[in-house]
Amino acid sequence: MTQTIAHRPGDAAGTWRTAGSAAEKVKNVVSMTRRNLVHISREPMQLSDVTVQPVLFTVLFIYLFGGAIPIPGGSYKAFILAGLLALNLTTSTMGTAVGLATDLHEGIIDRLRVLPMWRPAVLVGRSMADLLTSCLCALVVAATGLAAGWRSSAGPLPIIAGFALVLFFAYALSWVAACVGLNSKSPESAASFGFIVLFPLAFVSNAMVPTQHMPGWLQAIADWNPVSAVTAGARQLWDNPNPSGSISAWPMQHPVAASLAWSVLIIAVAAPLASWFFRRRTTG
Amino acid sequence: MADTMIEADGLVKSYGETRALAGVSFSVPAGTVLGLLGPNGAGKTTAVRILTTLALPDAGRARVAGFDVLARPAAVRRHIGVAAQDATLDGLLTGRQNLVLVGELSGMRTGLARIRAAELLELFDLAGAADRVVKGYSGGMRRRLDLAASMLTRPLVLFLDEPTTGLDPVSRQRVWEVIRELIGSGVTVLLTTQYLDEADALADRIVVVDHGQVIADGTPRELKERSRNAHVEITLAEPGPGAAEVIAPLAGGQISVSPDGLRLSVAVDSAPGLATALVRALDQAGILVDNIEVRQPSLDDVFFALTGAPAQERESEGALA
Repeated sequence: MTQTIAHRPGDAAGTWRTAGSAAEKVKNVVSMTRRNLVHISREPMQLSDVTVQPVLFTVLFIYLFGGAIPIPGGSYKAFILAGLLALNLTTSTMGTAVGLATDLHEGIIDRLRVLPMWRPAVLVGRSMADLLTSCLCALVVAATGLAAGWRSSAGPLPIIAGFALVLFFAYALSWVAACVGLNSKSPESAASFGFIVLFPLAFVSNAMVPTQHMPGWLQAIADWNPVSAVTAGARQLWDNPNPSGSISAWPMQHPVAASLAWSVLIIAVAAPLASWFFRRRTTG
Repeated sequence: MADTMIEADGLVKSYGETRALAGVSFSVPAGTVLGLLGPNGAGKTTAVRILTTLALPDAGRARVAGFDVLARPAAVRRHIGVAAQDATLDGLLTGRQNLVLVGELSGMRTGLARIRAAELLELFDLAGAADRVVKGYSGGMRRRLDLAASMLTRPLVLFLDEPTTGLDPVSRQRVWEVIRELIGSGVTVLLTTQYLDEADALADRIVVVDHGQVIADGTPRELKERSRNAHVEITLAEPGPGAAEVIAPLAGGQISVSPDGLRLSVAVDSAPGLATALVRALDQAGILVDNIEVRQPSLDDVFFALTGAPAQERESEGALA
C-alpha cells in the first residue's frame, strides 16, 4: 500500500456547491430521501404495512363485514374503498415515527449533525420517502379494490384527485408522526403510537361504517374527525356511495374543502413543531 | 488561516450530577497534532463533542478553525472532520453509499464524492467490502470506514476520538500510518486516546486530562522529563565493591546491586549528560564499565506519576467517556 492520502486540507475550492442555497437544500433532501428508500430496499418487510396490510384489510372488510353492513344508495364494496385507502394511509404514517426514532437512536444522527448540511433535510427526506411509500400503498389498495369489484363512474381527473386528497392528508399526518418519533425514547415506543392514536383515529370515523348508527357523542366526534372529511371527500370525487352527505356537520357538507383545510392546518402546526423538536433533541 | 486551529477556554460541562469537564483549556496550533490523553471517564469525549458542535458547554468558550463553536456552529462544521468513538455509520447502506452520502451532505458534487470515496476505501483496505452492507462489517472495518468518512471532505481540522480503541494490531498500525501521512499535509488533528504509546507516537503535544481537568501539558519528551524517574542500569566488567558509593552522589534514589556485584540499577532524576557523568565518576574510581543504559520514563510512568494510578487499572472507572 504505497498510495498517499493526498489530503491537502481546504484546497477543494471550486468543488463545492454554494452553501445554504435552495439548490443545496433540495440536494440534501434528495440525498436523505434516497438513503431512506435504500433502507426500505434492504428490509422489504418494512413495506408490509403498505403492501400486505392493505390487501388483508380489503379482503377482510369486503368479504367478512361487507354482507352485514347495509349501505344506503349502493354496495359496501363501492362504499369501503375510500375508507380502506384512508385507513391504510393513516396507519402507515406510523412508519415515519418509527423511522425517525430509529435514526435518532443510532449513531448515524451524530454523523449527520457534524456535517455542514441543511438539517431539516433529515425530516423532509423522511417525509418524502414516506410519501412515496404512501403512493405505493394507494396503488395496492386501488388494485386490490379493482380485483374485488370496486368501480367508480367518475372521470380520470376526479379519481386521481380523490387519491391525491387522501395522500395529501397522509403526508400532513406524517409530520404529526414525526413529532411523536422525535419524542420517543425508542423505536418500539414510537410504534405504540400507531395503536394508541392512529387506529382509533382511523376507526372512529365514517371510513368503515356510516356514522348514523353511532351513539350521538361518538357520531359528533366521527363527523368532525379529519379522517371522515378525507374519506367523504374521496367518495364524493369518485361518485361512490357517501351516506355522510346527509349529515349537517360542516365538514360532511364540504368534505373536499374540509379535508384540504385539515391537511394544511396540520402541516402548519406539526412541521414547525417537528423541526423545533428535532433541534431540541439534537442539541445539548 | 488562523495560527491556532483549536482553542478551548475554560470548558465546563455537567451531565446531571456528573461533572464531565471542570474548566478545561488547551489550544492546538495549525498543522500540529494534539493528543488528549486520559483514562475512560476523564472527559475527553465531552471535550470533543463540544468542539465539534455536538454538545453545548455549561461555561467556557471554544474556537475551531477560527470560528466560535457557539456563535458559528455551521461555519465550524464546514471545516471539520469527525471520527467518533462509536462508529456513526448507517448500517443499512454499503460502505461506499455511506461515504457518498457524507460527501453529498457536505456539499460535494456527487461525482467528486464518488471518486473520493473510492480513494479512501482503497486507502483503508475496504475496497473489497465497499459494496457490502455495513451491518455485516467487523468492528475494525466500521472504525476504518468512520475514519474514512471523517477525511472525505479534506477538512482543515480533524477530530479523532479514540481512533484505534478496539482495533486489532494490524488495523491499528494501518490507522497510525494514515494519521502520520495526514500530519505532513497541513491538517490540524485532535486525537483522544487512552493509549500512551499512541499519544507518544503520533502527537506533537499531549494534554493529560483526568476527572475533567487538565493535569499536565507538554511535548511527549517534556512530560517524560517531568516525571523525573529515568532508570539507569550499569553493568561492570568485574565486581566493584565501591561502585555504589561512587555513584550515590549523582543518583537520586536507592541503588540496588545484583548478588554477583556486576549490575547496578538506580532511579535517577533525568538530566542531560547523566550517563557521561556516571561513567566518568566510575572511571576515576578505577572501576571498568561494560555497559550503561539510561531508560527514559515511558508515558505509562508519567501517567502513574500524574494520576497516582496506572492507566490500565482505571479503565473500568466512570461511565462517561
